[in-house]
Amino acid sequence: MSEPLLKLEGVHTHIGQYHILQGVDLVVPRGELTVLLGRNGAGKTTTLRTIMGLWPPSNGVITFDGQSIGGRATPDIARLGIGYVPESMGVFADLTVAENMRLAARLGAPDTARLDWIFGLFPALKRFWQLPAGLLSGGQKQMLSIARAIVEPKALILIDEPTKGIAPAIIEGMIAAFKELKRAETTILLVEQNFRFAASLGDSVAVMDDGRIVHRGTMQELAGDADLQTRLLGLSLAAHQ
Amino acid sequence: MATTTSRPASDDLPKTPRDLLPVFIAPIIALAALPLVGSPTTWVTLTVAALAMGMMIFVIASGLTLIFGLMDVLNFGHGAFIAIGAYMAMTVLAPLSGWVQSDALTLNLAALFLAVLAAMIGTGVLGWAFERVIVRPVYGQHLKQILITMGGLIVAEQLIHVVWGGDQKPMPLPGGLRGAITIGDFALEKFRLLAVAVGLTVFIAMQLVLNRTKVGLLIRAGVENREMVEALGYRIRQLFVGVFVVGSALAGLGGTMWALYRETLTAAIGGDVMVLVFIVIIIGGLGSVGGCFLGAILVALMANYTGYLVPKIAVASNILLMVAILMWRPQGLYPVARR
Repeated sequence: MSEPLLKLEGVHTHIGQYHILQGVDLVVPRGELTVLLGRNGAGKTTTLRTIMGLWPPSNGVITFDGQSIGGRATPDIARLGIGYVPESMGVFADLTVAENMRLAARLGAPDTARLDWIFGLFPALKRFWQLPAGLLSGGQKQMLSIARAIVEPKALILIDEPTKGIAPAIIEGMIAAFKELKRAETTILLVEQNFRFAASLGDSVAVMDDGRIVHRGTMQELAGDADLQTRLLGLSLAAHQ
Repeated sequence: MATTTSRPASDDLPKTPRDLLPVFIAPIIALAALPLVGSPTTWVTLTVAALAMGMMIFVIASGLTLIFGLMDVLNFGHGAFIAIGAYMAMTVLAPLSGWVQSDALTLNLAALFLAVLAAMIGTGVLGWAFERVIVRPVYGQHLKQILITMGGLIVAEQLIHVVWGGDQKPMPLPGGLRGAITIGDFALEKFRLLAVAVGLTVFIAMQLVLNRTKVGLLIRAGVENREMVEALGYRIRQLFVGVFVVGSALAGLGGTMWALYRETLTAAIGGDVMVLVFIVIIIGGLGSVGGCFLGAILVALMANYTGYLVPKIAVASNILLMVAILMWRPQGLYPVARR
């Protein structure tokens, strides 16, 4: 088995006086979509922000593609080929969709063929290309946020709750887009609360509670075990169908 | 291959809202002042003086509003760059007195250009040092920023006393810029027209940079959400240093223009104008260059009309203007999206 693309070993993060991550051990295999599940406040968002260097780890080791990235500045981590889609989406509301994409293409003008591929995933972005991003709906902003993360080829994409507050019809489109990303063998670490969405996409899964990983395995195994779902997440997929 | 960057024609696309309401405040204030002033000639003189004053305040304030917008830095030391810029310009103009006193406009402008260039380079370099030594250790700590940048302003003023002396200095206008151009009954002072031209040039240049260049996009994006700019791989600290240096250089330019406008110079010139500068960036919307431009015109119109009509409330009138605007739009006239 090849070395995982991303590995967290005993990672702790403090925010002020609060001890949020309490020894997180996580692996993200290459070319797979790993889902990070857990209740509100379990530490999922903090895990992604710690990987991105937005909150520095107070202890532990974060290894990306064989090199330690713990404690590095956020721009340096992003330049290694890590895309980030925050929970807040982080679109620049005063900038047009085109300007948002132009900024995301750090190495030069956005590649035309890649833009066409992105427009295939998210047709609304082409339609609203010259519109300020602040005027987009929540779902369209989420599409823009994801599109920004993939406008240049990335080794890893971190995505934080993309379905939060998004209409079901748009979620279906998002599932199709993520499947397309998976076909392109993009490695993704997805934080999600929508278990149906997560189960339809995930290859492997990790479940967090109280700042620790409490379960690791395949998504197939978790999706097929209602008792395990109930024990880990307080719900079962069957109850949501 | 399909063209991907053109928007398809469609009638049902959401329209970009154009918020022009604040733009109408300036003509409303000007027209409201006309019957109070009485004489159209005086009104034109006051209005042109206000536009000139507004442009100078805008030049000074534009850098400060971006400095705040980009890094949440409250730089009360901005006044130091205004004063030092003006003193540097005065120092350059002194040996060029022949050019300054000449009636040839080209020589006057050449002397002014050299003085402004020296002021901008000097204050730009000073701004770079100020950011490294004074501002950088207190990122994210507003109270310490206020205290240390105020301290920096005081130290700068005392250094001016040491280098140039504590007495009031004359800063005469070049001969060719004295007097007025007469159009019918209206007399338009030449220097005021120059100040308007300089202010408009700076505004247009800033708009072009902010809207047409990648650095400009980064500044606009950074003002809105600097964390996300960093997550895209850009080192925003370097960008901020650049903005700080340009903002300081613009303060040096504005300080030179302001001193020439007043024709005298003291070490306190920066502190005096900073009250108006802060009102401008607050009512414009922190981080907004367009709001800063409009705010500067409003403040200057108010100061000039009330200064003529009711001199005792000239300063208070701008405080009242600020209160009225903030009651209408608590984030300022053109708030930046996230703020």
